[in-house]
Amino acid sequence: MDYSSLLSKRAKEMRPSGIRRFFDIAAEMKDCISLGVGEPDFKTPWAVREAGITSLERGRTCYTSNIGLKELRVEICRYLKRRMQLEYTPEQVMVTVGGSEAIDLCIRALIEPGDEVIIPEPCYVSYQPITTLTGGVPVSVPLKAENGFRLTADQLKAAITPRTKILILPFPSNPTGAVMRREHLEELAKVLRGTNVTVLSDEIYAELTYGYDRHVSIASLPEMAERTLVINGFSKAYAMTGWRLGFACGPKPLIDIMVKIHQSCIMCAPTTSQYAAVTALRECDEQIEEMRTQYDMRRRYLVKRFNEMGLTCFEPEGAFYVFPCIRSTGMTSEDFCQQLLYGKKVAVVPGTAFGDCGEGFVRVSYAYSVEHLQEATKRIESFLKEKGLQ
Amino acid sequence: MEQILKLLEQNARLSAEDLAAMLDKPVEEIAALLDEAADKGYIRGYRTLVDWEALGTNTVRAVIELQVKPKKSRGFDEIADIIADFDEVESLMLISGGYDLQLVMKGRSFQEIALFVAKRLSPLDDVLSTATHFVLHTYKKDGARYVTEEPDERECN
Ligand SMILES: Cc1ncc(COP(=O)(O)O)c(C=O)c1O
Repeated sequence: MDYSSLLSKRAKEMRPSGIRRFFDIAAEMKDCISLGVGEPDFKTPWAVREAGITSLERGRTCYTSNIGLKELRVEICRYLKRRMQLEYTPEQVMVTVGGSEAIDLCIRALIEPGDEVIIPEPCYVSYQPITTLTGGVPVSVPLKAENGFRLTADQLKAAITPRTKILILPFPSNPTGAVMRREHLEELAKVLRGTNVTVLSDEIYAELTYGYDRHVSIASLPEMAERTLVINGFSKAYAMTGWRLGFACGPKPLIDIMVKIHQSCIMCAPTTSQYAAVTALRECDEQIEEMRTQYDMRRRYLVKRFNEMGLTCFEPEGAFYVFPCIRSTGMTSEDFCQQLLYGKKVAVVPGTAFGDCGEGFVRVSYAYSVEHLQEATKRIESFLKEKGLQ
Repeated sequence: MEQILKLLEQNARLSAEDLAAMLDKPVEEIAALLDEAADKGYIRGYRTLVDWEALGTNTVRAVIELQVKPKKSRGFDEIADIIADFDEVESLMLISGGYDLQLVMKGRSFQEIALFVAKRLSPLDDVLSTATHFVLHTYKKDGARYVTEEPDERECN
């Protein structure tokens, strides 16, 4: 059979992740040091693992309700109130297979072919392909380093058309580490109030902000909850990537239809993970604080090292990435990463993997021990020296 | 101070500059704290964790339990001082429970250790009895696992 003529055109047109290709090479290389992962190096807190084990011992091995365990949704509401000042009822919360599924559901729930989705780039790699697959039109808005990689009200205004359905708001940002503070969000809210644009606020890194007040959700601003879907999850904050658990909260009509799609394609999020997550939300505020402290120290270490090397590094205030500028080397992001990989066996991700406007930058993850970061930065420094760039 | 010591306990190769960046403090302040830590004996030295077994050299370790006679004036300190002065002794601790002092010592062979116990330790006036336990394998020491690190299986994404 000739699948090239059989496979869905839309599926074929989805943009493949620009990260993988590169790291398949790195994986084959001996003694290669990676700074490429997008997940915590910490283990899931023990109390959470134990709760998962206990649920298995008790034989809780069936499906849960489609929308997710009531107990968990109640805890999620308490958590959101406690840590983000968000008011939701359990009926407005659904449990998903990671933030990833919530992103997929939200886009599918809202998009008709031809509808536009505003995607500020550089950003996480899943919004664009899902939009394409759904028949939507991705409208990328290039964010600028001089604005701290924040989306500005003017950029938003210019991007909105009568066909705009969704604004993706992915802060704290993977890959830049940028955050939007209350005053920045307020500017966007002014533009959005009175429109029919739904904000898909991907707040998966909400717990990981540094050096200023806690994360602010756009849904907590006046009149914004009704036009916002908040996506969050356990992967980053609780070091639970493999448990595949996230959640979405928002206006009931939107959640209801997302649950309907979820019912058909997923049934329910993993049961063991849901029981474990109840414990995470009840007992682990202290542990996530400790992980945050560790990330923060690594973040400051890396920013200092890159600035010393002459790769100017905008101060990231969230997530676990730094996004140094490599223009001073005269190389493209892709070249830089390739030469660094072959020359010094250090793998970082070219900024272009997150959108064309990531050119001139690379993403460096600090979900690694300080020793690992010391060795990696030493290699990058000697790479620059050998090139006569330092 | 406590934070600095915790970081250094994990990784002695952090410079004052690194620590300053990580803790968001001026370098001078960190340098002063490090001096203070050395002066007051909070930091007893900087060493390397060596896994001699991995290198394949012949080293043998033993844990030795000692029952000793405490002195009226100085308690256990006098005999402990004498034993601690032997170069072979790596660590020495006063222990609650069934015996008094626990020492860990290193030698090139079982015999060397046996001789040390027989000729140097047992004859000491205040040593009442010894029990020698040879170390067969080290899994973890000073907070560090003595195994080849598991490969980082996280994928890049
Ligand atoms: C910005 C962002 N959103 C969502 C996700 C998906 O996370 P998960 O599906 O594990 O919750 C990631 C993972 O890297 C991410 O970086």
